[in-house]
Amino acid sequence: MKISAVITLKKDVLDPQGKVIHQALDGMGFKDVNEIRQGKYFEIDVKENDPKKAKGLVEDMCKKLLANLVIENYKIIETQ
Amino acid sequence: MKSSVITFPGSNCDRDMDVALKKFGFKNKMIWHNDNELPKSDLVVLPGGFSYGDYLRCGSMASKSKIMQSVINFAKSGGLVMGICNGFQILVETGLVPGVLLRNKYLEFICKNVFVKLDNKENLYFKNLDKDIFELHIAHNEGNYFCTKDQLKEIQDNNQIAIYYCNKSGETEEQYNPNGSIKNIAGIFNKEKNVLGMMPHPERMIDQSLSGEDGSLFFKNLINNIK
Repeated sequence: MKISAVITLKKDVLDPQGKVIHQALDGMGFKDVNEIRQGKYFEIDVKENDPKKAKGLVEDMCKKLLANLVIENYKIIETQ
Repeated sequence: MKSSVITFPGSNCDRDMDVALKKFGFKNKMIWHNDNELPKSDLVVLPGGFSYGDYLRCGSMASKSKIMQSVINFAKSGGLVMGICNGFQILVETGLVPGVLLRNKYLEFICKNVFVKLDNKENLYFKNLDKDIFELHIAHNEGNYFCTKDQLKEIQDNNQIAIYYCNKSGETEEQYNPNGSIKNIAGIFNKEKNVLGMMPHPERMIDQSLSGEDGSLFFKNLINNIK
């Protein structure tokens, strides 16, 4: 089944890429933006079909490799 | 003295490091990332480069390479492990030194000579050096050192800051910070000071005809310290 993981930067971590994207959008006329934070999105097709176990597996992947917990948070979403 | 330089897929300063270590008397061996065991070593170096194409986060995949378990065990038993540039990024991903290295503040790849100031000489890397300010080369896109407030307090309390970015006279104001790193930090030790991670490349400063000799001072001193 497919499980998604969204990795985002923690609140107090500087995100220069998000800032530049914000400035670019501002220049294009999108004036109603407070802040932009850039993150990562993973779509993982696992062999496990039990949703709870599959999510557990992806959570383990997030903790061990996909996210660096010093600066990032992760959120797991069941997509299928 | 025996040293080992680990080559990961995408390392590109591994041979420069090999040349530097041999020039100052180390018997160096190149070790492939997929090997299981480190040979007997007095010093292990994780070199600069772009291991695994810098995918995911710089150093993240290299930190999970087969050889790294052996490197981690070596470090935990007190062995000297030095990570330069991408090697520093690998070290933070293993957790051997605290913090992380973020994208440079102004989103530029920086390639230039900088001055750095040594903060703490009570360790085998810097003990007996008579200079405090060194001119070294940096070349990185992710050298913006970051750690949590609690981690910063801990590394300051334990004197773990190895080097700061500064100007020629050793002033460490924000304007001499090339990449936005917290407190102008260019290098960090672990608590025990046997593991050193730093962004500048001493191996690029070992010949007057190339760029300078401050790296030579570092390597000459290092081999004398561990003899």
